[in-house]
Amino acid sequence: MSRVVVLGAGVAGHTAASFLRKWLGRGDEVVVITPKPDYNWIPSNIWVGVGLMPQKSVHFPLAPIYERHGVEFRQARAVEIHPEGREGDPAPFVVAESTAPGREGAREEVRYDFLVNATGPKLNFAATEGLGPDGHTVSVCTDAHAAEAAKRLGEAVARMARGERQRFLVGTGHGACTCQGAAFEYAVNLEFELRARGVRDRADVWWLSNEYELGDFGMGGMHLKMGGYITPGKIFTESLFAERGIRWIKRAHVRKVEEGKAHFETLEGEVGEIGFDFAMLLPPFAGVGLKAIDRMGADITPRVFQPNGFMKVDADYTPRPYEQWTAKDWPKTYQSPAFPNIYAAGIAFAPPHAISRPRQAPSGAPVAPAPPRTGMPSAMIGKVVAKNIVGMLRGAPGPTHTASMAEIGAACVASAGANPFTGTAAAMTVFPIVPDFERYPEYGRDLNQTFGEIGLAGHWIKILLHHGFIYKAHLYPGWSLIPE
Amino acid sequence: MTDIDNGTQPSRMQESYFAAKPTAFTRFMRTFLPWQMWRFAVINVRMARIIFRSHG
Repeated sequence: MSRVVVLGAGVAGHTAASFLRKWLGRGDEVVVITPKPDYNWIPSNIWVGVGLMPQKSVHFPLAPIYERHGVEFRQARAVEIHPEGREGDPAPFVVAESTAPGREGAREEVRYDFLVNATGPKLNFAATEGLGPDGHTVSVCTDAHAAEAAKRLGEAVARMARGERQRFLVGTGHGACTCQGAAFEYAVNLEFELRARGVRDRADVWWLSNEYELGDFGMGGMHLKMGGYITPGKIFTESLFAERGIRWIKRAHVRKVEEGKAHFETLEGEVGEIGFDFAMLLPPFAGVGLKAIDRMGADITPRVFQPNGFMKVDADYTPRPYEQWTAKDWPKTYQSPAFPNIYAAGIAFAPPHAISRPRQAPSGAPVAPAPPRTGMPSAMIGKVVAKNIVGMLRGAPGPTHTASMAEIGAACVASAGANPFTGTAAAMTVFPIVPDFERYPEYGRDLNQTFGEIGLAGHWIKILLHHGFIYKAHLYPGWSLIPE
Repeated sequence: MTDIDNGTQPSRMQESYFAAKPTAFTRFMRTFLPWQMWRFAVINVRMARIIFRSHG
């Protein structure tokens, strides 16, 4: 009998736990430790954030699902990993601090044979003064944040209905942000919604981003074969914004946010400020701050984690200039090199480097989009980690399955307005996610598999994905047949 | 440096002046039901190819 502990129940953690439960015998235990009681289907937070979908449509309690499927659930925050156990007792364990009502702060040791770190990111609003729901901007990173954004949007719309003009600012709240795709979806959905509510003529919508070019999305942009040309994604993104009257500031690092004003500097060294009545700016991500402790009680965190808090896995972390980065640097199995019974999945693993070229403003401020590892790749990594653990428990000497982001593709649908007849979405595929310039020398990607198109059909697919993935996350019959 | 105004600049002064824009026909086709039903099938096939290729 073995025990596998999964830290986190987001896309990667929930996928890993679900497949572990499916593939392991009933004598084996699967334990999920996560600080929140609910699962949140984050991609649909965008629709919550523009008031099109109630918060309850994108989250649901995990406990009943796990109880039904025989997964042990602990509502707690993991704070320490003890991969060597303690002196005299080598059994590894995790220290978790309860977040359950009435038990807040109670510490517990949970032993494991295998550990999956799928803790996701810390939303690092503190990196920019005044950023975030405790500051002067809103976010859609959680369903609660998105619900607050919808409320504030409603208030802005009410002001416009009274004749006031409002400025909306959407984008990234720091030069090292990732998830520009989510902010992009919010910007175009917001604009669509303002039109739907009949107040677009009183709104100025601005995009503020750390991308070198629009459409970078932290993955170095993408090139598409279209209309007889190989065209960079920036052409399509700029076109989408221009068509909708959304104006933009790119290559920007937000230095500070005050009430109604964001201060930024650009890669070119220009310093500016932009006033706003409503701002949805995403935070940069960091690791959640897990500590690793050895058997003698010494802190070995730097052996297990990178300085940014993300976990080291089987990637090549050798510092090298951008020109020397290769697809081979990216991890394949997500196994910790320090402890073979520890894996990381989803945002929790430390990427070896950015995908987009990192740059610095003259002041030294980063203008360096971080690589995305959400959605499809996150789920695929969770599944592969589960496969590898099951294989090792059955006698394999090491991991036998891989899911390098430089070898897998991704399908993504970015909503651009939600209506079953007039809505649109950009449906995109990219292969591979991390460009491989050895295999595809010109653009790093297979242009026959990299594709993008905007239209109503994309919106229908987005709706199908919303319902399909929420069905899957409920672990209803046949859930495992729905691909990640 | 981008001039931050409230849309009072002439369009030729804005960055969007230099962006490609869809024609009326392109915009119409984006929500034209028969065409979009066809595109729905095409996009699904393309996405399925990526998903199966990536799932190995």
